[in-house]
Amino acid sequence: MSDLAPWLEVVLRAVAVLAAFLVLPLLVGQTEHKVMAHMQGRLGPMYAGGFHGWAQLVADGVKFVQKEDITPARADRWVFRLAPFVALIPYLVALAVIPLSPRVVGADVDASVVLVLAVIGVGVIGTLMAGWASANKYSLLGAMRAAAQLVSYELPMVLAVASVALAAGSLSLVSIAEAWNPWWLLWQLPGAVVFLVAALAELQRPPFDMPLADSEIVFGAFTEYTGLRFAFFLLAEYAGIVVMSLLFAVLYLGGWAGPFEQWLGWVWTVLKGFLVAVVVIWLRVSWPRMREDQLQRLAWVWLVPMALVQLALTAVGVVVFS
Amino acid sequence: MAEGIIPGLVKGLATTAKSLTRHTHTAEYPDVSPALPPRSRGVIALTEENCTSCMLCARECPDWCIYIDSHKEELPPTTPGGRARQRNVLDRFAIDFSLCMYCGICIEVCPFDALHWSPEFEYAETDIRDLLHEKDRLGAWMATVPAPPALDPGSADPAEVTAAAKPARGSAGAAAAAAGTRGAGAAARPTRVRRETTTPPPLAAPEPAAQPAAEQTRVMPAVERTAALPAAEPTESLSAAEQTSVLPPADGAEAERAADQAAAQGDSTQVLPTVSTDEEGSE
Repeated sequence: MSDLAPWLEVVLRAVAVLAAFLVLPLLVGQTEHKVMAHMQGRLGPMYAGGFHGWAQLVADGVKFVQKEDITPARADRWVFRLAPFVALIPYLVALAVIPLSPRVVGADVDASVVLVLAVIGVGVIGTLMAGWASANKYSLLGAMRAAAQLVSYELPMVLAVASVALAAGSLSLVSIAEAWNPWWLLWQLPGAVVFLVAALAELQRPPFDMPLADSEIVFGAFTEYTGLRFAFFLLAEYAGIVVMSLLFAVLYLGGWAGPFEQWLGWVWTVLKGFLVAVVVIWLRVSWPRMREDQLQRLAWVWLVPMALVQLALTAVGVVVFS
Repeated sequence: MAEGIIPGLVKGLATTAKSLTRHTHTAEYPDVSPALPPRSRGVIALTEENCTSCMLCARECPDWCIYIDSHKEELPPTTPGGRARQRNVLDRFAIDFSLCMYCGICIEVCPFDALHWSPEFEYAETDIRDLLHEKDRLGAWMATVPAPPALDPGSADPAEVTAAAKPARGSAGAAAAAAGTRGAGAAARPTRVRRETTTPPPLAAPEPAAQPAAEQTRVMPAVERTAALPAAEPTESLSAAEQTSVLPPADGAEAERAADQAAAQGDSTQVLPTVSTDEEGSE
């Protein structure tokens, strides 16, 4: 790639990241359609595209484009219209710095772990904006729940990631994945559990979907959204799953570690990430939604102490073995 | 987290994982037609030839969705000095399936088995007014009426079959005995005998719907009554022949059924003259 002109390289990398950003969430979405359906004894979409409904999400996209773009009369217009993009773009940035292999990475940043965590937190601001600008009490309730959830779960997540960074002695995702060895599966297990749970909560995925809770508060912050803007929120959710799954694969599963990693490294990363995404879907299908107070309790009483214990364990391990 | 939460969560995961590996329950309807149980109430089919325009179905219908128009037709006397007869001719038989509530009372009440349940259900229309179906459409659905389910093994024969199997009025001595005792029956006898010989071909003829003997014997009274209405001999035999050809034929595989059928037919031919004589006597 270094042979190319700098501007061309930038464009190519941006296009590649954008393509991944548009394709991978759809793959996860389709997987969710099918896996969830079969877990519930159904078939899921079967017609769109001809073969087992593979084009269902494309058809959904076409449908969303055709729908009317409504802004409520009392809404804060600019904030309301901007919110979907604020929710969506952080995941695009995060995807750009997550390495699939040392060479296959949108942008190799030094402290990429910090960047990813910081950027993911911004996504919730989109939800908050949407809820506030909608001038709808359910939207506002959903936004408040989302914000509370973010505040609660950002801490255990950062602690868990800090533990990995400590173990690897680096803040770069590439270096962390390079430093990974299979023992980490055991050593970093509590941290991995904390990270997965916190990631689910940050993505507002079931069983942590109180901010959406359609049986309580209509659809939370997205209640007033229609058409393409609503689709962007959904895309943000699935892009979030992609980002979190890849991040989990890189941090805890060794990323591209595997046979023929010289050539197939990125395949291993994607496969591991896909496996994590399937687990995320599996958890959604299996477990009921938690109550708001249970959610807070889980974060502060269980996850934060667990993450701290992991941090101590990692520190001890680093000191003893190095 | 109290005790029991972790096992509960694991159980949830196990349940969904298990059903992921199992076969789904989805009925892929338009691609795979459903296996409907016997006696499914899909649509009401009409055997037009069995209908005598008696209006019982139309009157019993709870929401009055059956429309019947008929007129009387005068049949000239067939013997010199005989009397002209009247019979009902069905002009219109229509069921409005936008009103029908599929209670099946019309089918229950029909004395001549002119109405049948068919499992056919794909007759949706985009306009509700198109759900009013006339007798040609209702008649076309007769081809989809399934054979009634076979009797349980070891069950008693239907009353019609046992009555038909009685030897007392069997076809053996009937011709000679009846000829002397009954007036009008004597003239009818030869035609009956002839018809008995003509009946096997339509029975053997391959037709879509196959019905066992029980159905056959229940249809037979209709033959008697309709045949009895025009008392004149040639038309009677003609209409009777019509009737028998209309009867859904039995499947040739069951020899017993065929035998029962033959017996029933024989009996009906024996009963017919008595009915006609009764009518003539009363009129």
